[in-house]
Amino acid sequence: MRELNSVKLEFPAKSNNESFARSAVACFAAQLDPTVDELGDLKAAVSEAVTNAVVHGYPEKMGKICVRCRILKENVLEVLVKDWGRGIENIELARTPAYTTGGSDRSGMGFTIMESFTDSVKIRSKPGKGTAVLMRKKLGCR
Amino acid sequence: MGTVMREKNGKLRISVSGEVDHHRARDTMEQIEEAVERTLPRECILDLRDVTFMDSSGIALILKTHRRMNEIGGRVLVENVPGQAMRVLEASAIDRIISIKANT
Ligand SMILES: Nc1ncnc2c1ncn2[C@@H]1O[C@H](COP(=O)(O)OP(=O)(O)O)[C@@H](O)[C@H]1O
Ligand SMILES: [Mg+2]
Repeated sequence: MRELNSVKLEFPAKSNNESFARSAVACFAAQLDPTVDELGDLKAAVSEAVTNAVVHGYPEKMGKICVRCRILKENVLEVLVKDWGRGIENIELARTPAYTTGGSDRSGMGFTIMESFTDSVKIRSKPGKGTAVLMRKKLGCR
Repeated sequence: MGTVMREKNGKLRISVSGEVDHHRARDTMEQIEEAVERTLPRECILDLRDVTFMDSSGIALILKTHRRMNEIGGRVLVENVPGQAMRVLEASAIDRIISIKANT
């Protein structure tokens, strides 16, 4: 699909980069004139995907995370969050609300929030190779 | 970003402010657990009035507090929830088990 603008971020999987990543994506999205609710939803969805890469992608060793944003036609923002970490064994199961491998510190609602706050969520993953989460959201709907 | 605790007549009010995400949640949870342990309240009120951002880490925080309060025979109330945090809580349907009140 033709892109009208794009930006790419790359950072180590440190938890203090979670707030940086969602704020940076929100800043980039501002050119699409989103509503306050849309911006809040976008930040939450990005926060979930990036936190997953930090927490589940790299449970032990430190690795890198890539976030690529593209503006597509008709005011659609696309966000790709990628890690080269542990990967997901069963994607269907991982998407189930309240499913978590993270114990009581996690709620298992990350994918549910990504799904309810964006228009589409695609997940590609291979155990031992990494995970890519692709989200699309139309912005500026008033 | 901060957490303020106040206890009076068996009610523990915990005011959380700033961004509640995974980076922040562990410290906040430790502070909550410590305050619950110390005061053993009947009611624990999580006041989210000054929360500027929340993701599913906040849900885990509320659920964990709920479980801890259940163990000591008390309950948790979530109050003054701002718009963005409310949308996250609604998406998770957590309001079916815990009392959630929006910021009015
Ligand atoms: N980037 C990732 N790498 C490896 N596993 C992941 C990744 N993202 C999600 N998962 C798996 O999917 C599960 C569900 O994710 P999510 O819905 O965000 O809930 P939570 O993060 O609270 O566990 C996680 O517990 C984990 O097992
Ligand atoms: Mg998650």
